[in-house]
Parts: sequence; structure tokens; C-alpha cells
Amino acid sequence: MESITNSLIQSWGITSSTGAQLVSLLVMLAFSAVVLIPFFLPFAGITSWLERRIAGRMQSRVGPNINGPQGFLQWIADGVKAMEKEDLMPDDADKPLFKVAPYFVFMGVGATLVAIPFSEYLVLSDLNVGIFYIISVTSFVTVGILLAGWSSNNKWSLIGGVRSASQMISYEIPTALSILTVVLLTGSLSMQDIVKAQGFWPWQWHISNNPFMIVMFFIFFISALAEGSRTPFDLPEAESELVSGYNTEYSGIRFAMFFLAEWGNLFVIGAMTTVLFLGGWQAPVALQGSIWNTPVQFIIFMTKMSAVVFIVIQLRWTLPRVRVDQLMIICWHYFVPLSLLSILAVTIWMALSYGHSALELGMSIFSAAIWLYFVFLVLFRAVRNFKKTNAKLNLNFLE
Amino acid sequence: MIVVLLFYFLALITVLGALVTAFSKNIVHSAFGLMASMVGVAGLYGYMSADFLAIVQLIVYVGGIVVLILFAVMFTGDIREVKSSNKTVNLLWATPFIAALIGIIIGAEGKVNFVSKTTKLHNTPTTKMIGDSLLSDYVLPFEVVSVLLLAVLLGAVHVARKYKTDER
Repeated sequence: MESITNSLIQSWGITSSTGAQLVSLLVMLAFSAVVLIPFFLPFAGITSWLERRIAGRMQSRVGPNINGPQGFLQWIADGVKAMEKEDLMPDDADKPLFKVAPYFVFMGVGATLVAIPFSEYLVLSDLNVGIFYIISVTSFVTVGILLAGWSSNNKWSLIGGVRSASQMISYEIPTALSILTVVLLTGSLSMQDIVKAQGFWPWQWHISNNPFMIVMFFIFFISALAEGSRTPFDLPEAESELVSGYNTEYSGIRFAMFFLAEWGNLFVIGAMTTVLFLGGWQAPVALQGSIWNTPVQFIIFMTKMSAVVFIVIQLRWTLPRVRVDQLMIICWHYFVPLSLLSILAVTIWMALSYGHSALELGMSIFSAAIWLYFVFLVLFRAVRNFKKTNAKLNLNFLE
Repeated sequence: MIVVLLFYFLALITVLGALVTAFSKNIVHSAFGLMASMVGVAGLYGYMSADFLAIVQLIVYVGGIVVLILFAVMFTGDIREVKSSNKTVNLLWATPFIAALIGIIIGAEGKVNFVSKTTKLHNTPTTKMIGDSLLSDYVLPFEVVSVLLLAVLLGAVHVARKYKTDER
């Protein structure tokens, strides 16, 4: 980013410091508006279509298939519909807060994109407090949901907002503790440094540094699901209990903003899991210096991220919702002690293995073998069940 | 120029948020103003290139304190029309003190050199420096604070704990 700004300043012949500052500010704003928002919105939209298609398939129904090939353009139709709808507001609502709440939710999710590295060079700003920044801006989501729940002046909304707040406050602790182990392994808070500390092969990823990192990976993944209010932790908007939770009273584009933020959050969960534990954009070393380096890195990042997002979507349509007390017990009785223990174990392992690269490599391969075994076990069982039931793999999408 | 404008913008957010917090009758609006004020202060930290402090400010105050305040406020009924029983008699005492305080701050502005220490740190990452000094020069205060926090944690658990004799 800085190099682009500097070259622009030079080519336009601007010498005064005010002009230079103005140019850099405008370039930053233009970049975030032109590149980031059009990336964020289609991603959230396409994910919404994908999720509904997958849900249809998993529940033996069709899902959206009318607009465009395979119903792919459904998300544009939905967006246009939401924009044309009337922006209803309850009479007794707290009007200024009711209006401003969706923006907070949207901003909290959108601002995280600033620090996410798509490849070695494709990153808006490599903040040296990157991962910390992402944790901090997502707290605006909590504030927005709380404000939306309260200002609607509706009991369902209020219960949804309060549930959301308690859930996010609780699950922030295991999330932060699991991120802390990755920071310990890296020695930096910058997202790029975290990725650069890993490598292309699975045993070079942070998840396979030692077996306790696998535990931390699961704690992070489940806590991220809870923080993003995804099923099985979608208590704030539990349809069967709370109508629609904190967004019950919203309609039109404000309602769409809540949902765009939710699906955008899916991307953030996938990207953070990928960067922290699954090696980020790391491509084979052989590609370094070649022109294909950046595209390959981008594709690798997006593939890993999509895989995580796919698992999250599948979980939503597989698992039932947990109860409120179960939610709290999972967090405080299991995740917090377990993550504290894991931090201790990871630090002890780091101290013991310091300087013994052979030992570190051996442990990494051993630990990679453990989680790869489970991945293959799941795949193997899926294929076996598939063959046993004589089901036909229906790849004819044009039904 | 732009940087100066940025400073005034952040200061405006901070001061306006603080005013809303102090003068709003609606306690949720007050909490909202408090959040704006905290975000403004975080922005000011960022402005002074204290990046780590800015982020910590956001996490602790916006993600922690404001959310907890809102959380607690939502369990309170009837917060829109607050009928406060105590009159604001302290306004009489508070006004001259605040006026004097503002006078002292404005009077001290030219005489105290605030700038000299911050210019050295301009645009350098501070996280590493903070970490190094916490674990070398200031390790005793750091440990004392962590013991204090541990005591608070244990106290909170003790207060919130459900004893077996309470159960029927």
C-alpha cells in the first residue's frame, strides 16, 4: 500500500506534506471502498446462496434454483428485494439507536478485512498488532447486536441481544487464549508474521506444532462458531424460540445488513482459522520468485478458507442447538481450564524443544499424523457409508 | 494539516461522547456515548502512534466495559423515564471546581513540554518495547498487578459460587 501511495505522490508532483497526507488518505479510502467492499458483499452473497443450496441438498429439498444457473444469482435478487422494501420502524423503538445498530454490526465485520492476508503481498494493511486488532473490532458486533436488541423495544429482541452479549463475553476468553498460543509460537501479533512462521506442508502448520495445538485448534474453531452465533450456538436468533432474536423488528436494507454481516463473519472465521492454524497462504518453496507465486498463494488461501467455511455450513445443518446452560458449561467448565492447561503445555514444550530442530520436526510430523488420521477416518467412513447405502451420487445439478 | 484535522475530529468524538454520557437522561444513550468517547480515546492513542495501547483500549473498554454496562442496563426495567429522587445540588460545588481545573490545564499548556518524549517513538511498533520493559524493568509492578487481578478473580468466583447448603 505504501509503495502505491508513494509512487502516486511522486507521479503527481506533490511536494507539500499536506498534499501527500491527503493523497495517502484518499488512496486508502478508495482502496477500501473499491476493492474491499465489492469483495465483501459478493462473498457474503455467494455464501448465502451456497449455504441454502447445501442446506437443500442435506435436507432432500431443492433450495434456490430459479434465478441464473443453479440459482446462482439468487443473492442479487435478494439484495435488490431488500433494498426496495420499506424500512419499517416500530413506534416505540429508540429511533436513533435502532437506525445506527446495523451499521455497527456491519462495520465490526467489515473492518476485520483490513488485516487479513490473502497472499504475501495482497493485504490491505499488515498491522503489527493485526490479530489483536481483529479481536478488538469484532467487539463492535456485540455492541451493535445489544443496541439492536434493546432499541427494538421488543421482548424477543431483548432476550436475543442479552443472550448474544453473554455468549460473546464468555467465548471471547477461550478464543483469546487459543490465539495466545499461536502468538507464543510466532513471537508476533502481525498476521503476516504468523503466516510466515508456518510452511506449505501440513506438518509445518501451527496446528501440528505439538498435539496440544490440535486441542487449541478445536477450542478456537468452536469458540469462533459461538462468537459468530453460528449453529449449534445460534441462541441469539433461535428461530424456534425467539422469532428471530435481535433482528425481529428489522426489515429492508437494515435486515439485509445484519445478514450480510453474518455471512461475512463466516468468511472471517474461515480466514482466521486458516491464518492462525492452517498455514495461511503458504505455497511450495519452489514457486518463490516466479510470476505464479501470488496467484497460487491466493488460490491456496481461498481453498483452505472455503474448506473451513464448508465445514461450518455443514455443521449448521447437522447439529441441534445447545441450551443456554449447556453453552455456558461448555465455555467455563471445559474450554477455559483446557485452554489454560494447553497454554502451559505449549510453553513447556517450547522451552524443552528450544534449539532441538530434529525434536521439533519429529513432534510436528507425529502431531500432523494424528490429525490427518482423523481427517482420513472421517473421509473413509463417509465413503464406506455411501457405498453401503447404495445411494447414488447425484451430480446432475440441472434437475 | 490533515493530521491536525484528524486530531480535532478524534477530540470532537471524545468530548461529544463524554457530554452525551454525562447529560443524557437515558442510561442506554449514556452507555452509547461512553463507547463513542472510548473509541475517540483509542483513536487518539493511535494518533500518537501508540498502536498497542489503542487496540487494548478498544478491547478492554468497548469490548469489555461498555458491553458489560449495556448487559447490566438491559436487565433494569423502565430506564426511559428516569425519575431521579435526588436533586442535583452538587452542581453548585462542581461548577467552580471544574472551571478551576480547566483553567489550570489551559494555563499549563504552554509551560509544560509534553512533546519531547513522544517524538522519539513516532511510527515505531510499540508492542515489543512494552513486552520487554514489562518483563525486565517493571517486572515487580507487573507481578503485583497480576496478583491483584487474581485476587479479584477469586473474589468474584467466591461471591458467585453456589454453596451446596443453598440447594434444596
